[in-house]
Amino acid sequence: MKLTEISGGINEWFSGQGPLSDVVISSRIRLARNLAGHKFLAACTVAEKGEILRILKDVLMGLELGDEIFYIGVDKAPVLEKRFLVERHLISQHHAFGKGPRGAVIARREFFTAMINEEDHLRLQVLRAGCQLPACYEQIDRIDNAIEQKVDYAFSPKYGYLTACPTNLGTGIRVSVMLHLPALKMTSQIEKFLNAAKALGLAVRGLFGEGTEAAGDFYQLSNQISLGVSEKEIVSRFESTIIPEIVEYEHAARNQLLSKDAGILDDKISRALALLKNANLISSQEALFLLSHIRLGLNMHKFQGASTPAIDRLCSLCSDSPADGNPKGLSIETVNRLFLLTLPAHLQLNYGKELDSARRDALRAQIIRSALTG
Amino acid sequence: MQCEICQSKDATIHLTEISDGVRTEMHLCEQCAQEQGIGAKNYIPLNELLSNLLAVGPKDEGVGSLSDIAEICPHCGFTLDKFREKAVLGCPHDYEVFEKTLLPLIKKAHEGATAHCGKVPSRLPKDSKSQIEIARLKRQLDEAIKNEDYELAAQLRDKLAGR
Repeated sequence: MKLTEISGGINEWFSGQGPLSDVVISSRIRLARNLAGHKFLAACTVAEKGEILRILKDVLMGLELGDEIFYIGVDKAPVLEKRFLVERHLISQHHAFGKGPRGAVIARREFFTAMINEEDHLRLQVLRAGCQLPACYEQIDRIDNAIEQKVDYAFSPKYGYLTACPTNLGTGIRVSVMLHLPALKMTSQIEKFLNAAKALGLAVRGLFGEGTEAAGDFYQLSNQISLGVSEKEIVSRFESTIIPEIVEYEHAARNQLLSKDAGILDDKISRALALLKNANLISSQEALFLLSHIRLGLNMHKFQGASTPAIDRLCSLCSDSPADGNPKGLSIETVNRLFLLTLPAHLQLNYGKELDSARRDALRAQIIRSALTG
Repeated sequence: MQCEICQSKDATIHLTEISDGVRTEMHLCEQCAQEQGIGAKNYIPLNELLSNLLAVGPKDEGVGSLSDIAEICPHCGFTLDKFREKAVLGCPHDYEVFEKTLLPLIKKAHEGATAHCGKVPSRLPKDSKSQIEIARLKRQLDEAIKNEDYELAAQLRDKLAGR
């Protein structure tokens, strides 16, 4: 399958659907696994890595996922395609630019990816829109069981699933949610969230994982402890305690903006709209930052019934259909689509060739203008 | 409650200090607390923790015995120096070969935990499954006692006794 078959559209997990979707963009669970009887990758020769890739590719391509699955030889893929896969959250940066034979098995609807020969032999990932961690775990557990019928994983009764890095030992699980927290940022309360997350032993990262800044008010929150606690306990802690509390904080901050700082909120939304509708050049970072404010305005209208001059102006860009609260024209889905399709590799892949930064900025501005002005 | 220092923002950090039998309390906002050098628990990300631990020289205390340091894994040829350099292990056997060195690191990375109590491969022998189940019950029992949920603690104790 060619990546251009998916690069022009939005993926399921970024559809803006799902529970608590005004704050929780997506839920993700990944499991780290290694084959028994094989060395970890750092000690493998190229031939040994090739053998691991062959075994796992065969097993994974035989999985019944209820969706078409395709394989990408990441080591041989062009740089632009690797960057696209990273932007799409289908593979990690580490996997894209690592060394040696490696690949990825991906479900066409993009809810499932398996990275072969990343840091561990196998990294399975399931993604869903909104707050759906138990469903993610149920699905990834089923897939993991199906794989386990065909291969033996490196496992110790004492330490659990054995991983290349001891920080992933035990369950090998990493549970994460992508959050959109613009109101906490606007009300200068984001530090409180970051401190609370750290105190709970959670890691906070930006939109594209490890080492990235929180662009566009998006934050990825994930567990760090994987030993001495079960998978279901970790998932349940996120689902029943951590996420509801953060969502409540963000909602309280949105209410505070409406009741005390409506002027500030309106200014941010108006500026974002004016710039996005009129700019001729716009960088990826600036687009994320401005689209974040548009997304906030639309969600406050849809979920809280907010009405301010700037929010009303935003809504005038939507062909109103208040009954389902999902206006045509400008909508959350349009904004999410713009977030994704204006990222550098998406732009270039869809344009059909590599572009320098200035031409990307012009193309990005043009795509956004035409989406907002019709 | 207002912050005792700036008298304007809400106090979100509440500090109780007992010194020479005298108890004092402070109620501060996030910003003033930070200016006073008091913050929410300063958490060190795991990767940072790992590299800090691995960066410690081999002669320092807590980085494993000399026999461990001299050891070469017969299965993958890895040494602790190599682990320090790459921050990943060479093969599953390294967890046994370098156990003395790895155990403190594992404990620090996983808040003191040293035993798996999660999913078990279906093809694992029964006695191994039972070992993991006992570890899980013990941990739940500790948790129940900590939360003063004595009814649950009694149930867990009975389950453990029945094994």
